[in-house]
Amino acid sequence: MQKFTELTAIAAPLNIENVDTDKIIPARFLKTIKRSGLGVNLFSDMRYDSNGAEKPDFVLNQPQYRKAEILVAGENFGCGSSREHAPWALLDFGIRCVIAPSFADIFFNNCFKNGVLPVVLPKEICEQLMEDAKLGTNARLTVDLEKQIVLRPDGSQIPFQVEPFRKHCLLNGLDDIGLTMAHAPSIDSFETRRAQEESWRPSIHGV
Amino acid sequence: MARTLFDKIWDAHVVERMEDGTCVLYIDRHLVHEVTSPQAFEGLRLAGRKVRRVDATIAVADHNVPTEDRSQGIAEPESRLQVDTLEENVAAFGVPYIPVTDTRQGIVHVIGPEQGISLPGMTIVCGDSHTSTHGALGALAFGIGTSEVEHVLATQTLLQKPAKNMLIRVDGTLPAGCVAKDIILAIIAKIGTAGGNGHVIEYAGEAIRALDMAGRMTICNMSIEAGARAGLVAPDETTFAYVKGRPYAPKGADFDRAVAYWKTLPSDEGAHYDKVVVLNAAEIIPQVSWGTSPEAVVPITGLVPDPAAEPNESRRAQMTQMLKYMDLAPGQKLAGTKIDVVFIGSCTNSRIEDLRAAAKVVEGRRVAETVRAMVVPGSGLVKQQAEKEGLDRIFREAGFEWREAGCSMCLGMNPDKLTPGQRCASTSNRNFEGRQGPGGRTHLLSPAMAAAAAVTGALTDVRELV
Repeated sequence: MQKFTELTAIAAPLNIENVDTDKIIPARFLKTIKRSGLGVNLFSDMRYDSNGAEKPDFVLNQPQYRKAEILVAGENFGCGSSREHAPWALLDFGIRCVIAPSFADIFFNNCFKNGVLPVVLPKEICEQLMEDAKLGTNARLTVDLEKQIVLRPDGSQIPFQVEPFRKHCLLNGLDDIGLTMAHAPSIDSFETRRAQEESWRPSIHGV
Repeated sequence: MARTLFDKIWDAHVVERMEDGTCVLYIDRHLVHEVTSPQAFEGLRLAGRKVRRVDATIAVADHNVPTEDRSQGIAEPESRLQVDTLEENVAAFGVPYIPVTDTRQGIVHVIGPEQGISLPGMTIVCGDSHTSTHGALGALAFGIGTSEVEHVLATQTLLQKPAKNMLIRVDGTLPAGCVAKDIILAIIAKIGTAGGNGHVIEYAGEAIRALDMAGRMTICNMSIEAGARAGLVAPDETTFAYVKGRPYAPKGADFDRAVAYWKTLPSDEGAHYDKVVVLNAAEIIPQVSWGTSPEAVVPITGLVPDPAAEPNESRRAQMTQMLKYMDLAPGQKLAGTKIDVVFIGSCTNSRIEDLRAAAKVVEGRRVAETVRAMVVPGSGLVKQQAEKEGLDRIFREAGFEWREAGCSMCLGMNPDKLTPGQRCASTSNRNFEGRQGPGGRTHLLSPAMAAAAAVTGALTDVRELV
């Protein structure tokens, strides 16, 4: 996984609540067997018209936001399906951080597995950052994961919370399968104990 | 200390608890489908890892499969590649698989309970948000992303922190013409699509107890639309009777031991819930969605809301956009709105009980001439049972298409799609823009309400037909 330490970049304002995963990446683009290449279809139905031409008013089509790496969004971002194609599409486009008042649980979780940092901040602060983001290329935000702060263009600092374990994994780009493998003896003994004490538990055989 | 159903299942699966509260959580069942697994198997391959517990894993293809004649395979190359990739992966890693042509094939959330693979007290995951469905059995079941699919394949565990507990109690008795779908739509309308964020919802109360397992599955299925990762109903005699005799359920003395354990699972008296919501079933009216969010729901007797009355600016803008997309006017009556397509199916409403409810409305009537109506059973076994009961005849004679099992028109990944501008009365779970096909307009409702829309050609209060 790509590390996330500190990012200074253009922030794009997406002032919409309940941005669902079908908006982020519609189901018809999930037929891939790869993780990469989804960026071109990110926000497809908002970004392109039915002929495939860019809609000029969509934020990421505007010249000043084409290189945005931070997204400032409305409440409950990423609601809907569990598709990890949503953070893959964001990442493939170049978005490394999404700031919003709240996120849907599975999307939030999926971000951390892909080096994308979701930052939860109170609604009033997101509204201020949304105003910052509207300044386009003139207003860059800095997101410092180590210090857990967002630095605004006026120099003010906004602290944010992140779970210590998730922070550790992001900062170091750790694959958590490897970390869990270190617990293999505990998993073995859990299975052994259950096989002895709860032998009624069936297995899936002979399908 | 008094514990909830969720607490008990959680505690029973903690392998290790780390300092910050993150747990290594043991997973009893892993359901795998073709859309969210290819990258996970690829990850295993690259790292030289194997599937830790093939005997706790089952795979089936459902999202991409055509629901018409399958003898020629899948025509669409990308869909075919995804299903072929699944078949290669299950063969290479030794994962049990139900092939597309098998009678037991179907939507993963229909076949798990149907086969007795999903059982009370288990932890069940799948790379699909509607895994919450299996919570109807009193199991902790939730959707995961592909990285976590890989994590479970490799370790049979997940790294998780416990969710908060939310109780939704539905008191009283449902009026005639209302079903489980109306309860869950009314709940989402009340608490919103973020109402359950961070929580696992336990559904309780007289109206929930009275539901059969199919109804409980419909409710738990849409927990994700309420923002919760999982929904649960405490196991009871209805649950045990449902599980008994299913192919992969415990048998004989093992079944009795299992039931003795399952009986210890319901929440203790005085257990703590972080949030409690109470509804009165008697007040529920058949529900229908008007917008492009599952919380944009009103009773069929209601009107399309007016954005002008919404004080919150961004919400007002969202409502205006929803009305534009749905081509509806503020204050318009929903009943009588003409529809083009009826879809009865999906992991929310494709079980035999759902088909019976729809057939009851359809019997002796004809699908309106302007409507294309389809029934897509949730599994080959549901289809077989329906044919045994003559339901297929009722649907076909009325002018419905009678199809093979799969996710079908719930999401635009297979040939069953809406065309731009088409309006659909759908028993599925999401009405997001483009969900059933780009430009398609979805109205979520119950199977009986969908049947009523099919025969009248418009959104209709089913209570006028029964």
